[in-house]
Amino acid sequence: MELAAVFPPLLGSIVAGFFGRWIGVMGVLVISCVCVVVAGVASIWLFYDVALLGHVRTVILFTWIHSGTFSASWALRFDTLTAVMLIVVTFVSSAVHIYTIGYMEHDPHRPRFQAYISLFTFAMLMLVTSDNFAQLYFGWEGVGLLSYLLINFWYDKASANDAAIKAFIQNRVGDFGFALGIFGVFYLFHAIDFGTVFAAAPAVAAQSMHFLGYEVNGLTLCCLLLFMGAVAKSAQVGLHSWLIDAMEGPTPISALIHAATMVTAGVFMVARLSPLFEFSPTASAVVTVFGATTAFVAATIGMTQFDIKRIIAYSTMSQLGYMMFACGVSAYNAAIFHLMTHGFFKALLFLAAGSVIHAMSGEQDIRRMGGLWKLIPTTYVMLWIGSLALAGIPLFAGYFSKDSVLAAAYAAGTPVATYAYWLGIVTAALTAFYSMRLLFLTFHGKPRADHHVMDHVHESPLVMLLPLAFLAVGAVCSGALAYSWFVGDGRVGFWRDAVLILPNHDSIGAVQHGAVPEWADYLPTVVAACGIIMAFLCYIVWTGLPAFFCRVFKPVHTFFYNHWYYDIMVDRLIVFPLLALSERVWKAGNGTPIEYLGPTSLAAATQYFGQRVVRLQSGYVFHYAFAMVIGVVLLVTWFTLYR
Amino acid sequence: MEIGLGHYLTVAAILFTIGVFGIFLNRKNVITILMSIELMLLSVNINFVAFSVYLHDLVGQVFAMFILTVAAAESAIGLAILVVYFRNRGTIAVEDINMMKG
Repeated sequence: MELAAVFPPLLGSIVAGFFGRWIGVMGVLVISCVCVVVAGVASIWLFYDVALLGHVRTVILFTWIHSGTFSASWALRFDTLTAVMLIVVTFVSSAVHIYTIGYMEHDPHRPRFQAYISLFTFAMLMLVTSDNFAQLYFGWEGVGLLSYLLINFWYDKASANDAAIKAFIQNRVGDFGFALGIFGVFYLFHAIDFGTVFAAAPAVAAQSMHFLGYEVNGLTLCCLLLFMGAVAKSAQVGLHSWLIDAMEGPTPISALIHAATMVTAGVFMVARLSPLFEFSPTASAVVTVFGATTAFVAATIGMTQFDIKRIIAYSTMSQLGYMMFACGVSAYNAAIFHLMTHGFFKALLFLAAGSVIHAMSGEQDIRRMGGLWKLIPTTYVMLWIGSLALAGIPLFAGYFSKDSVLAAAYAAGTPVATYAYWLGIVTAALTAFYSMRLLFLTFHGKPRADHHVMDHVHESPLVMLLPLAFLAVGAVCSGALAYSWFVGDGRVGFWRDAVLILPNHDSIGAVQHGAVPEWADYLPTVVAACGIIMAFLCYIVWTGLPAFFCRVFKPVHTFFYNHWYYDIMVDRLIVFPLLALSERVWKAGNGTPIEYLGPTSLAAATQYFGQRVVRLQSGYVFHYAFAMVIGVVLLVTWFTLYR
Repeated sequence: MEIGLGHYLTVAAILFTIGVFGIFLNRKNVITILMSIELMLLSVNINFVAFSVYLHDLVGQVFAMFILTVAAAESAIGLAILVVYFRNRGTIAVEDINMMKG
């Protein structure tokens, strides 16, 4: 049963990838969907058995590497954290798999697509079930690779190539830190399996080590390096721009990357390594600051964008910021709670946006939409549900998780947590604003598309709407259903030892003991309502208002609209100097001396002598015979003289 | 005059030298080369038989029989190749056989 939750997607991927030609498109679709759904069913059972009944276990498959004191095995670790992640990954992935049947209908490379998304799911499942750092790294790199392949799925599009390369390189920067972090962990603990490392963490907490000539706290260093991986993978500010460009891929991929299989890996990793982060307040503070800043930055940019997918992408980045700072204030369970609800409503938003794009014949700019709500009512309702959940309106899933994250940040009380809380509140308002702005611009007002497109607008087929409905149920119910387990009264019995929260860091516990005053409890909802009203005023009542604001706050708007000039800054500060340096090194360093002394001259010399030696090869038998006789004579002479 | 070992060896050496020169001074055709090789083999055979008699050891003569067999097989193959070559290229003049020229 444990294997049935992890390996069917791999099987589906192999069948789709290698045998797609023989079994046909229909066969591929059926097999890959069935495989993922099987994994989904198995993970429901596992969730019941592991998280609710408490049968925590580790299934060892076989030894992977055994060398000296280093040993790593393939093992599947099942505790509450894994069980929750399994549910999120397999559910969202199943919805995406089924949605793809309708969305990619006209694509000629469907088996390849199915193979990729199944393998993507498998890589993420390996990541969440990993029992040691090496396996974690395997899953980590697996999702990195598959995201590259999928963003680049339409490989004849130059922009898709660029986006894929960008995603890969930015993740490489993070993975570099992540790998260093794993090395550091091995250096400190002499082991890389989670059980040993977590057990030894309190003892190692004060140990210091040398790094780049400085004497630093070993655990803090490791945590920060590992977090560097999470910064890239979870698109935290600094290494985030790949996530936005990743919109070049097909929409189901965006849903998969954003909701289940890629960006959540960083948050999951921090939560999984909570026994390390708990003993390093510095690292936790850094995580908090990064998370809060990311949430705010992304929300400000998302507010000004016009591409429907980009807006949702920025909202993902913003929500990831929430999860990250929840981890930073030791509310790991709230972070995972938000991760789960976010998985449902974000997948819903993306797939609904895909449905809109599908209806609009590929149009993605919300300035050229409008007035669609009568034409595609089901999609309209779905997008409403997703947006309300994202905005954190009571009763929807996002409300419960976002509130518990913010309450935890308030209750933690440290300066960085307070910083995170206030940025989180501002972000909540902005989130409500931009998600409603998206809705109003897309569905209300006068149609701004030309009549060819408008005549063609049609509701998506049932195979696309069913996954949406399924996710909508999750986006509505998952928060209320799971609240008690994740952050409510049942949390101790639910989480057990899956995440470690030191008693003096227990922000969620503090929330339950009334550390949060009433006004702070209502504030997120109030600001979200304000955001919605603001959006309503701007885009329904006085449609001239946004333009007015843009004019008044022109510098700010330009700054936000241009993504805080992040890409330009990176280009100026890093990419261009590096390119210039590379060019110098290439021409002056490699070009002249090395190439001249090495390959070029060697090749020339070889050619020169070759051309002379070739004359010996006359092709006449008697010449060869003559050479042979001369050889024999010399040999005999040498023998007779020197033996 | 007593015919001794020396005479046999001299004849053999002369035959061998003729064979060698036949190979690489010959510019006519490939059959001559085959004949030259046979000549060299025979000269070696003469040496074997001569030493066999001289040393009262039969092994040398047995060996001569082997060499004859191998020589027969070799010339059969060589001639077969020649026939095929002639069919394909229309000539067996040594001068023209230089496709291996570098």
